[in-house]
Amino acid sequence: MSKHVIVIGGGVAGLEAAGQLSKAGIEVSLIEKDSLTGGHLNNWYKLFPDRRHSSEVKAYLDGISLNDRIRLLTGTTVEKFHRNKSHFSIITDKGKELSADAVVVATGFDLFKSEKKEEYGYGIYDNVISSSDLEVMFRSGKIVLQNGTVPKTIGIVHCVGSRDEKAGNLYCSKLCCVTAVKQAIELREHLPASKVFCFYMDMRMGGAFYEELYREAQEEWAVNFIRGKVSEASETIDNKLVIKVEDTLAGRPLKMELDLLVLMAGMEMSEGGKKIATLSGLTTGQNRFFSAADPHYGSNRSNINGVFYAGTCTAPMNITETISHARAAVSDVMDYLKESN
Amino acid sequence: MQFDPFVIPFNIGLYFILIYVVVRSIIWFRDLSRPDKLRLQRGFFGIAFVQSLKEIFLESLIHRKILKTNLRLGYMHMSLAFGWFLLILFGTIEADIFGAKHLNAPYKAIFFRFFNPEHGRIGFEAAYGFLMDLILAFVLSGLFLAVSKRLWSGVVGMKKTTRLKTTDKIALTSLWLIFPSRLLAESFTCGAYNSGSFLTGSLGSWLASFLPAQQLAYPFWCLYSLSLGTFFVLLPVTRYMHIPTELFLIFMRNSGIRTGDKTGSFSEVETYSCSSCGICIDACQLNFSAGITNIQSAYLMKAIRNNDDVSEIAHNCLLCGRCDQKCPVGIELSPIRMIQRRLDEPGNDFKNIYKGYFRTRQTTLQEKPITSVNYDFLPGTNPEKADVLFFAGCMTHLTPAIKNSMVKILDASGVNYSFIDEQGGVCCGRPLMLAGQDKEARELINYNSQMIWKSGAHTLVTSCPICYKVFKESYYLDVEVLHHTEFIKKLVDEGTLKLNFLRKRVVYHAPCELGRGSGVYDAPKELLKHVSRLEKNKFEDENSLCCGGSLANMKISSQKRNKIAQDAAAELTKDYPDILATACPLCKKTFSSATDAHVADISEIVAEALIEPGIKKNIIKQNSTIKELVKI
Repeated sequence: MSKHVIVIGGGVAGLEAAGQLSKAGIEVSLIEKDSLTGGHLNNWYKLFPDRRHSSEVKAYLDGISLNDRIRLLTGTTVEKFHRNKSHFSIITDKGKELSADAVVVATGFDLFKSEKKEEYGYGIYDNVISSSDLEVMFRSGKIVLQNGTVPKTIGIVHCVGSRDEKAGNLYCSKLCCVTAVKQAIELREHLPASKVFCFYMDMRMGGAFYEELYREAQEEWAVNFIRGKVSEASETIDNKLVIKVEDTLAGRPLKMELDLLVLMAGMEMSEGGKKIATLSGLTTGQNRFFSAADPHYGSNRSNINGVFYAGTCTAPMNITETISHARAAVSDVMDYLKESN
Repeated sequence: MQFDPFVIPFNIGLYFILIYVVVRSIIWFRDLSRPDKLRLQRGFFGIAFVQSLKEIFLESLIHRKILKTNLRLGYMHMSLAFGWFLLILFGTIEADIFGAKHLNAPYKAIFFRFFNPEHGRIGFEAAYGFLMDLILAFVLSGLFLAVSKRLWSGVVGMKKTTRLKTTDKIALTSLWLIFPSRLLAESFTCGAYNSGSFLTGSLGSWLASFLPAQQLAYPFWCLYSLSLGTFFVLLPVTRYMHIPTELFLIFMRNSGIRTGDKTGSFSEVETYSCSSCGICIDACQLNFSAGITNIQSAYLMKAIRNNDDVSEIAHNCLLCGRCDQKCPVGIELSPIRMIQRRLDEPGNDFKNIYKGYFRTRQTTLQEKPITSVNYDFLPGTNPEKADVLFFAGCMTHLTPAIKNSMVKILDASGVNYSFIDEQGGVCCGRPLMLAGQDKEARELINYNSQMIWKSGAHTLVTSCPICYKVFKESYYLDVEVLHHTEFIKKLVDEGTLKLNFLRKRVVYHAPCELGRGSGVYDAPKELLKHVSRLEKNKFEDENSLCCGGSLANMKISSQKRNKIAQDAAAELTKDYPDILATACPLCKKTFSSATDAHVADISEIVAEALIEPGIKKNIIKQNSTIKELVKI
């Protein structure tokens, strides 16, 4: 008799895990709250560091996850989570009861709600947008201000809701820096007449080819990097933004007028993930992400035997890492199913 | 002559403490400032004297305020204080009426039964004996609670009780021994002589039935005298010094003396008046939310008395003022904490407890030297002329939704106003003051004062309670200072501002600096009632919680701060209101990252409720900078 696994979350990690499980002959039910699978990938334009189109990765994921062994339940949320020895049963918001031998949690991340840093004026000033809003603009091909004009000076604020004690997030989301570099290049590409300023605390270019991209941004695209945290933004009568920032390398305060301000929102535990945690009793860490059974060799295992983690529900990760993590989760699931036989 | 050597410890203790209290009082009086001396002299011969007697009876003996907050704890304090007082009073009368002669030495009243073992068998004597036994039983019931509180603070309805130092423990033990040893001494004597009333008589005859009462009585009389003597001698170096000091405090306070901003006799009297009852510990959010249990006001008072280094304690406090409101002795706890912040690090000169008997010289601690500040870089002051000034303050600039709402309201009101720090202003000075740097703050105050004077305005409106408090208290201005809630309420009352009613359920969080700090409770609530459905919650007015964001605490970690904010927000949003309203940009910001509930300043709610006037009355700004607000 074939085994059945429920995957919660249909983003990059969920699709990869479902695809790999089905390859191994497992019956999979994939639960996704949105009407479409793909998660954040659907909103993104191009990916760092090589700036390939996000649809290429989406196409790959669709390719491995669209098959007979995977039952897709889109527009569905989990309402109840029961465990009876080695048997799991999940009841959805549509009243459907699913049962499984193991569960893979791939609930992903939410972007930090930039409204919470009210001093930057997101949701208050017209031309303050988040990194994700900018991706939508890139996709539509129209990068314009609220009044329809083209921005000339653009500021990018790093670490919005990351490494921020007051926001309650001590950790580094680690991908916003490279996203800022990528978006700065793309802005310069779309709007060659514009000036782009990045305001950073530290440039964390830890991934493969990130540093190269950072160098390219400076040398080829003349993006200005200013080390300092923006303290506040305000709006002038003629609809421009004024930001206050301390240039910590020059050691002096700066006031700068901008047309557009882009906030690099950090990554947080998703609302969906929090709900699963309360329903199931899975433990979360101080950073509110799911806490793994072992930080070194058990990052896919949870405190519940038979429940596994895949992707950014455990920590910020890029797509490469997310896909690897999802495959590792599948490997753990297979071991578990074999042992429990 | 009725005398026995066992009374000597009691006599030594009694005369020692009487002389000590007199000398100490003289020193305190001598150290008062001249105006305070005059206040006290006037108070002594005026109505303040009668008031004080009343207050001493109600607070020092009955402990009315503790009874109001916590019945069991109040009963414990009352039975010990009032009971002991009655025991002394009626004991003295007993010795005077029934003793060998009138006007006896105090020991004869205290050890009356020893010298009159056969007293109280019949008639009036017996009735009086019954009364004395009743009082003793009353005291013993309180003692029973006190012992239980030490072992398990929940007995008296408290979560935490104060920790003690060694001398306190010895004094506490001797205090605890006083009444049981009196009970046993009297009982043995009564048992031997077949006298005594329902308590001492019954216990005595029962004990005498199987014990040699005659022989055992004497050791217990010795123990009784010794524990009294020990207690009296240790009193000045323990928290029990509050017993005599509180009387002095009540007189001083009723004479109009206040703590002020420097150390002095009064703050020292207040420090010694703290009985370490622990009510401030239960009231403190650092305790019940953040788990910080060593910095509460009772510990601050103790550390000051012990000449410990208090800077850590003094700075690890939100200065929310909850303890000031709850203190049953009425000690001005936050002002005393502020004084400690202004002082330089104290040296531990008085480690030796013997010196602890006279350590009034601790008040000579040096004030912090002024840091070399230079504010020459500030631009010159050249404000526009206006009737009303709006000073947003730095926190309002960090919460632009509040700033925009205020501009929208001011524009709609048609008053001739000027947004004085629209392009960024100079700090009001309060953060420096909270850090104990008053002199540096004064520089900023002077700068802002000049600006306000030159504008010719008659009203100064601010959105930030932190600015509001300092403008009200530390600026010498001839303008009316209003918090925006007061100002908007005035506009509404005058009919200048017309507001819709929003169908929203709102819970109001009173900010510390506005509520307890400045006494503004009603204006915000009435304004909210005018525009929305204001709901009740458990923490209103003086009992409001602190959001945890307070600028005053320089020691607490962000995690603990967030914990306080989350707990407070959870408490306030228990009934899922549509809006958690506050009147402080810092509270708004702190709560915003601590709860998923919608948090808004009152000005935002008012701005949404605005009915735009047909014709603006007196428009100054042609180009309003304001655009659509965030929808609430």
